[in-house]
Order: sequence, then C-alpha cells, then structure tokens
Amino acid sequence: MSFLSYLINGVSLGSVYAIIALGYTMVYGIAKMLNFAHGDIIMVGGYAAFLAMVNAGLSPLIGVLVSIVVCTLLGVVIERIAYKPLRMAPPLAVLITAIGVSYFLQNLALLLFGADTKTFKSVISFKGISLAGGALQISGVTIVTIAACIVIVVGLSLFINKTRAGQAMLAVSEDRGAAQLMGINVNKTIALTFAIGSALAAIAGVLLCSAYPSLNPYTGAMPGIKAFVAAVFGGIGSVPGAMVGGILLGIIEILAKAYISSQLADAIVFAMLIIILLVKPTGIFGKKIQEKV
Amino acid sequence: MALLEVKDLQVYYGMIQALKGISFEVGQGEVIALIGANGAGKTTTLHAVTGLLPKKAGMVTLGGKDITKIPPHKIVEMGMAHVPEGRRVFAHLSVYQNLKMGAYIRREKEEFSHSLEMVYQKFPRLKERRNQPAGTLSGGEQQMLAMGRALMSQPKILLMDEPSMGLSPIFVNEIFKIIEEVSAAGTTVLLVEQNAKKALSIADRAYVLETGNIVLSGNAGELLNDESIKKAYLGE
Repeated sequence: MSFLSYLINGVSLGSVYAIIALGYTMVYGIAKMLNFAHGDIIMVGGYAAFLAMVNAGLSPLIGVLVSIVVCTLLGVVIERIAYKPLRMAPPLAVLITAIGVSYFLQNLALLLFGADTKTFKSVISFKGISLAGGALQISGVTIVTIAACIVIVVGLSLFINKTRAGQAMLAVSEDRGAAQLMGINVNKTIALTFAIGSALAAIAGVLLCSAYPSLNPYTGAMPGIKAFVAAVFGGIGSVPGAMVGGILLGIIEILAKAYISSQLADAIVFAMLIIILLVKPTGIFGKKIQEKV
Repeated sequence: MALLEVKDLQVYYGMIQALKGISFEVGQGEVIALIGANGAGKTTTLHAVTGLLPKKAGMVTLGGKDITKIPPHKIVEMGMAHVPEGRRVFAHLSVYQNLKMGAYIRREKEEFSHSLEMVYQKFPRLKERRNQPAGTLSGGEQQMLAMGRALMSQPKILLMDEPSMGLSPIFVNEIFKIIEEVSAAGTTVLLVEQNAKKALSIADRAYVLETGNIVLSGNAGELLNDESIKKAYLGE
C-alpha cells in the first residue's frame, strides 16, 4: 500500500512539473529560447497568492486568480522588455538575458518580501479521501493537482489544434519566416505564448506551495530546473512530451526518495536525464521526421 | 498605375550593401521575371518587398499604397503571397494543415473550401497526399504544396522564388505550366529564377539583376534573343 501511495504522490508532484514544463516547452517551441526565468515566475505566483490571501484577506479562489493575472502580465512584460529586442540576436545572448531576468526576479523578491520563508496557506480546503480502510490516504492537494494537470493538457491541446491563435502558434513553431508569409503576426503569437506559459506557472506555483507550504525567493528555482529536465525528457517543444516527462520525473523523484535515498533523489533525477539523452537525444516525444531534400 | 512599384530600393546586410537602389514595376496581370546569377540580390529583393528584410532606403507600393514600412503579415492581408526559396513548407504538419495555414487570413469557411477545391484541382497529387506530413513529400511535391499554400490566400500578386530549384525537368515543366495557368486566371506574378530560359519563356517582361543593380530590362522575348543575355545566362 505504501508503494501505491508513493506512486500517487509521485504523479502529483509530476503534475506540477508537467504544468511548469508545458510553459517551458511552449516558449521553446515557439520563441526558440530557453526561458530560464520561467521557474521564478512560479515563485512570483506563490507570493502573489500569498499576499492576496494573507495580507489582503481574500478568498483562496481570488488568490489564485490574482496570481494568474500577475504572472500573465509579468510574463508578457518580461518578453516585451527583455526578449523582444533580442529577436535577431544570437541564441546565447537571449539565454544569458533569461538567466539575468531570473536573478533579477529572485533579488527583487528578496528586496520586497525578505529572505525569510513564509508559510503558505493551502488554497485547497478539500480534505482528501481515505481508501482501503484508511491504509491509503490521498490528500486534497494531490487530487486537485492531478486533475488540474489533466484539464490543462486537454485544454491546451484543444486550444492549439482548434483555434486560430493555436494554429498560429503551430506555424510559428515550425518556421517563423514562413508563418509571417501566411499572414501570421509573429510578435503577437510569441507574446500570447508567454502569457499562457506564465499563467500556467502561476497555477503551478500555487499548487506547489499548497503541497509544500514554504515560500521564499528561491522557491521556484529548483522546480524550474526540474521542469526543464522534464521538458527535455519528454522532447522539448512537445506538449504531450512535457506532460509525460513531468509525471515520470515526479514518480522517479518520489520513489528514489522513498526507496533509495532522499539526499540522492535529485542526483538520480538528473542521472536519468543524462541516460535518456544518451539513448534518445530528442527525448521521448522528440520530433524527427526524415526530410527529403 | 502598376500593381507593384519598387523605387530606389536599398538593402544592407550589416555593412554589406546587397541592393544598390533598384527600381522596377509589375503591372496588373503581368508575369515579370527577375533573373540573374547567384548572389545578384534576387531573393533579397523579394524579401525586402514582402517586408521580411528591413529596407535602408527606397519605397515599395502595392496597388498605390505605400507598404515600405508595413510588417509582412499585413502585406499578406493586402493581397501579396510569397512562395519562398526552398519551399519552406511546415514539415511536421500534414499537406492539408499546410494549406489551411495558407488560408490563415481568409476567415470565411466557404471561401476556404472554395480555395481548397481550386488548389486540389490544380495539384491532384496534393489531394492524394493530404494527410501525409509535408516533410515526407518529394521536392517537386513540396514546391507544389508551397504554391498551393500561397494560392490559398487568393492573392492579387504572387511572388515566387526559384520554383525550379532542385527539381527534375518534368516537375519544372509542370510548375511553369501552373504559373501560366495562375497568370491566365488573373493573378499577377513576380518570378525570381536562375533558370533564365524557362523564366523568359513565360514572362511578359524581365529585369536582369547583377550584384545589386538592375543592369538590363525589357520585353522577355527580346531578352531571350539578346546576345549578352544568351552568353551570360542562357549558356549559349
């Protein structure tokens, strides 16, 4: 029974990774950049919800909405100010800028909110369920997190495949120049991608802080990197890849913590990445079509 | 008044001047060929006209409207379609999805099915392969897809960059036959080609580009018999 419980926790943690990885993978696929500040958006999302609920006394639902709005705006503003001017710059310049934005957000949070760790109040009041006569306990956060991940992945897939804006994203991710020639506004499409990715980061931030209730300026850094690993694991640029990669990573991490060593868990996670990349460099769902020339 | 007018167009890549102030015009319903050797600035000209490249100086008008500083996606909406060099089909998307992207600016459902019908009729092979990823098509089929995709937007003027490149003679003939059909149906065509003979054989007029300058222009039939052209571009 404990194995099953670990597995469920793994899926839940993995669902958070998956939601973050979706943002990573979409931005990579469409803007062709690794947004290393993505993890710190999670932290901002956590603080936004925390301030709304604790300082302003708003309800958890409003707290989540505030967090989504703040992060969406932040994502769009960061893209506009920091990344858009570098559209024609070499990838390395963009990468370094992203790392700079990451440090900027962390230090801004340090300045505004202090270095002390805040205790986050879970946004989920639902107590969870008890199965097998109490032998298997599943918390409310776990259930909501998994459900949120499923809803987001399904919603995002529908959005990409069924809407005009989604089609534009698909075209830009394939070939930016050709997409322009179809009449697609590339700048608008990239901005929208950042908006969606950041909104997802806000949701991930609130869920993460609800499950692991400590919030400080570095809260987003590690989950951000792990989600990046998840995105690469699944095949960066691929939406199903981000989900599968995230969930696998969560399961591996929790099982490694439970059965091998909690200190070594992260090392095992990163070792898995190295192995996957050695065996299949494009990741699990990585696209590679033999193109005729 | 010409449909497309380019005046004193200058384009730089960094410090290097790729176009040294070229002027040409494309009249309503004409087929205009832009010929020249590798590196003469043919592709650069098309990219600058559609807004993919910034212009240092000069002016481009489409239907009398100044489009010099208009972004590419807006120019497409004004009725210009550009079949880029190397086809640039969306390799992971199906043939049908590619054609749908071509109709991105056409929101009307009926218009879309009408265009799709027209493209499938022109290129029956695309209909056969509509569910296949575009990257798995042969070069000639990809060129057809790129053309079909451009036609999906029902353009007033079609810009084509090296449609014959890398294709077998059979495909080249087919592509040029379709360009003539498109032109006969009322679409204006600006054609960039290294295959000067082929281009001149279907064009009304032509301009010859050499290292960023237009060095010669005139009636396509006359250029085809011009001694210097024969020597430099027709391999005779």
